Amino acid sequence: MLLIHCPYCNETLPELEFTYAGQAHVVRPEQPSGQSDEQWEEFLFIRANVRGPHYERWRHFHGCGRFFNAVRDTVSDKFLTTYEADAPRPDLSSLTERQK
Amino acid sequence: MSQYRVSGRGRVDTSRPVTFTFDGKRFTGAQGDTVASALLANGVHLMGRSFKYHRPRGAVAAGSEEPNALIGTRRGPGRFEPNTRATVQEIWNGLETNSQNKYPSLKFDVGAVNDAAYMLFSAGFYYKTFMWPKNFWHKVYEPFIRAAAGLGVSPTEEDPDHYASRYLHCDVLIVGAGPTGIAAARAAAVDGLKVVLVDENAEAGGTLLSEPQAQIDGRPAWDWLAAELEALKAAGVKIMTRTTAIGYYHQNMIGMVEKLTDHLPELPEDTPRERMWRVRAKQVVLAQGALEKPLVFHGNDRPGVMLAGSAQTYLNRYGVLVGKRPVIVTSHDSAWFAAFDLQDAGAQVQAIVDLREGVHEALLSEARARGITVKLSHTATATSGRLRVSSLRVNPVSGGSVGAGEEIRCDAVLMSGGWTPSLHLFSHTKGSLAWDDDRTTFLPKDTPEDCLIAGASRGLWGVEAVLKDGAEKGREVAELLGKTPAQVAYSVAGDRTGTGISMKELPTDRSPGKAKAFVDYQNDVTAKDLRLAVREGMRSIEHVKRYTTNGMATDQGKMSNINGLNIAADALGKKQPQVGLTTFRPPYTPTSFGAFAGYHRGDHFEVTRKTQIDAWAEENGAVFEPVSQWRRAWYFPKAGEDMDAAVARECAATRKSVGIFDASTLGKIEVVGPDAVEFMNRMYTNPWTKLGVGKCRYGLLLGDDGYIRDDGVIGRLGQDKFHVTTTTGGAARVMNMMEDYLQTEWPDLNVWLTSTTEQWSTVALNGPNAAKLLAPLVEGVELTEETFPHMSCVECTVAGMPARLFRVSFTGEIGFEVNVPAPMGRQLWETLWEAGQQYGITAYGTETMHVLRAEKGYIIVGQDTDGTVTPYDAGMGWAVGKKKPDFVGMRGLARPDLRAKNRKQLVGLLTEDQSKLEEGAQIVFDPKQPVPMTMVGHVTSSYDTGTTGRPIALALVEGGHEKLGETVYIPMPDRTIAAKITSTIFVDPENARLKI
Repeated sequence: MLLIHCPYCNETLPELEFTYAGQAHVVRPEQPSGQSDEQWEEFLFIRANVRGPHYERWRHFHGCGRFFNAVRDTVSDKFLTTYEADAPRPDLSSLTERQK
Repeated sequence: MSQYRVSGRGRVDTSRPVTFTFDGKRFTGAQGDTVASALLANGVHLMGRSFKYHRPRGAVAAGSEEPNALIGTRRGPGRFEPNTRATVQEIWNGLETNSQNKYPSLKFDVGAVNDAAYMLFSAGFYYKTFMWPKNFWHKVYEPFIRAAAGLGVSPTEEDPDHYASRYLHCDVLIVGAGPTGIAAARAAAVDGLKVVLVDENAEAGGTLLSEPQAQIDGRPAWDWLAAELEALKAAGVKIMTRTTAIGYYHQNMIGMVEKLTDHLPELPEDTPRERMWRVRAKQVVLAQGALEKPLVFHGNDRPGVMLAGSAQTYLNRYGVLVGKRPVIVTSHDSAWFAAFDLQDAGAQVQAIVDLREGVHEALLSEARARGITVKLSHTATATSGRLRVSSLRVNPVSGGSVGAGEEIRCDAVLMSGGWTPSLHLFSHTKGSLAWDDDRTTFLPKDTPEDCLIAGASRGLWGVEAVLKDGAEKGREVAELLGKTPAQVAYSVAGDRTGTGISMKELPTDRSPGKAKAFVDYQNDVTAKDLRLAVREGMRSIEHVKRYTTNGMATDQGKMSNINGLNIAADALGKKQPQVGLTTFRPPYTPTSFGAFAGYHRGDHFEVTRKTQIDAWAEENGAVFEPVSQWRRAWYFPKAGEDMDAAVARECAATRKSVGIFDASTLGKIEVVGPDAVEFMNRMYTNPWTKLGVGKCRYGLLLGDDGYIRDDGVIGRLGQDKFHVTTTTGGAARVMNMMEDYLQTEWPDLNVWLTSTTEQWSTVALNGPNAAKLLAPLVEGVELTEETFPHMSCVECTVAGMPARLFRVSFTGEIGFEVNVPAPMGRQLWETLWEAGQQYGITAYGTETMHVLRAEKGYIIVGQDTDGTVTPYDAGMGWAVGKKKPDFVGMRGLARPDLRAKNRKQLVGLLTEDQSKLEEGAQIVFDPKQPVPMTMVGHVTSSYDTGTTGRPIALALVEGGHEKLGETVYIPMPDRTIAAKITSTIFVDPENARLKI
């Protein structure tokens, strides 16, 4: 079972308290009606299938209830970092460097 | 004393005899014996029949890796366990054990005919033997396979034991309490570090229990061991025996199963049988040791053929000679020591047969001193004996050619093909392995976890070497945890170090095609099967494994994996690392379902949510049904009524006068804040801006893909306050979805969401007399058509209780939903029940609710929709706001596929013969078309006579809205039913009955 750091509670807690919530940084367009079918398809269906560091969302469901973002390596299953939902995408190279 | 017990040897207490039964026969062993050691002490080697060929088998090992000696154990009613390893099960007075896979008896088994028909059961036999003729599959082959497959027999009674679960957090977990683990624990237990040392055996000590000759720091091994364990306890180390680390999971979580009662003659009160420990350790040291490999030759599975190291364990730990005239066959030095120990204990070792051309002079002289015949450069080519080995055939090997055979009479064959480091838990960590050519085995390399591996499990050999390594690794983890441990050095005399070579199947002068040289004993896989698999095109070791089932039995290939790999690699003409090793997976040893389930069984398997009114329903004879986690009253049968009769009565009473229904399980979410209305506009399809305070509206929730997710009536209680209801099963999902959009897409909206499902008890009153019944009890609003029309809501007082009153209807009748603070629910219900007596008030359950709503064509999300239904498909385009700039699902609804003609649309169905359709039944347009027919939809809801006097159904049908009046067909196994497509509304299409 993974241990996950909730950036809002600032605590590292068992996976049981959390739920996975899909890929991160998929932003719902401000004006969905203005989107072409292709753009909407991209937003709705197209997701990365990353081997390695993956930006994804988790929710501290049985805790503070907040959605937050994380970078998890899909090969090692290790969390490289977690960060608040509105924080910018962290730089991958510095994260993987830190891991070594 | 038993015939094969050696006095003065072993750690068992022969002064405390223990009586148990095996296949109904009484045997006596000593306190501390396992079933296997006690049977061997009585000269019994035959302990079971093999899985496929039903060949007679005996214990081949002395520990948890045992593949053959699987028994059923029984302790009175319900306490039966199949496939217990006889080498692990400790005996106690009264224990009942039985052999498996035999009929009618262990000594005479008719299934052994499979052995003669072995040609049928070669690698991949499932795919070949049972292919033809096709119609034999159901009648002949499958019953045969089902009868023959599997080990042992499943228990049929409910398990009366209970199982516990605990968490454990520690600084250092050490797996394996042999010399390595003990030294690691001693080194790590400094400065308050919390150290846990676990071992699957009944006592700590590991290999030291089998090697009493060693002298550690000037003391005999067993004295040293006792003192060291005391010292560890004094240092605060938690030592857990009979505890198996079954799996290594992410971030140093280790699953461990502790067996608490299986060894006890009397079951202590209130003690769980097993306890699952979920351990989170900062650092882990793996010291699982090594497992001995069998040699692969014809007849290497006959009872009496066993691992040399295990024979040494039976002698030194249990005081049992496994044979009086054993012969040793080996490719490793370690078996020589086993020979010496047995000889010194009174056995007449017939010969030491070694595959190697030369061995160390010290071994030769020790053998000479004992007068043991030594045959170097010899191979074993066969054994004989029916239920017990009686001779071994050995042949000289010279320059690759095998010479003439010679029979050696014996009563046991002790073999050793060298040792395999136990890498199971290390592999669970996704640790990488490196092939070691010298040792012909895989050794551990890197692991992503905070884990070190020590001792024999990383290929070291000898007590001194592993003590040193264990101490180093213990120090290393203590340093990693910021401590400064002291240096410890150990001196060992009488240590037995040694080397050996690793073999594939042994050279033979026999036809290899006829050899039954077993690699995997438990799954009856021979060397020939592995070579056949390669000849038939299997290239990857994973394919070879699955085709032959090598290593797939409950022992997980502990003894067979490396031998299998060596043979497959040879057949493929590749080096072992290029062929690779199959993946080790948890659990390390077979684990009971009880241990995994822990407390989660029976009523504790899942929570049962009950409303405040549930007890009333139970007292009044309700039949319940589960709805998500809720237990809901399904119907309230009166004496003599079946479900149909009860539902018909409840329906009629509600339509005629008034029915009362517990709607407390409806999900409820309070949406509050200055931006509440904007939030509702964005979440739900409907427009909310113009909805006045005190009004309700039916709300439809879509996903951004445009499909219906949930629905419910939503009341506006204030400019900034909405009382949202959801489906019973969807409450948590809707709340999660709302939070998701609010937190991550629209964090600028000033809105608070609160789940209030359990804060309110909700009682629904429906029927022409509902208003008359309720009006006298309500303060704060008059229940007339003018003052409180359909789809109104108000905060008021009902029967003296603060209430949120909704005028809504899920039945088509005048309807009210009264919400009161949850604990007042039953009081409200009983007040209404009392007041309703004059109207013949009738309690109804979910089934009647379903019938009444279906008669009005009201959908149930998840029953009439399935995640691919749009509001338009469901005939609810009216619920979609046309003038809103956006809502969740709006863009999705505009996708071409969602606007396509001929989508499956919700319609009513009336059968021509007035029969009731089956929910889920498929629909076709043309019943005469050839099979397979084109299916155009399915029945989503179907009910017997409610108030319409005939069965009705709802269905999704392609282009259904355009086909009103047309006939469709529902093919059933016995006949085809014709049905007419109708509107979804079967009762009161003008909604006249909603008016007071």
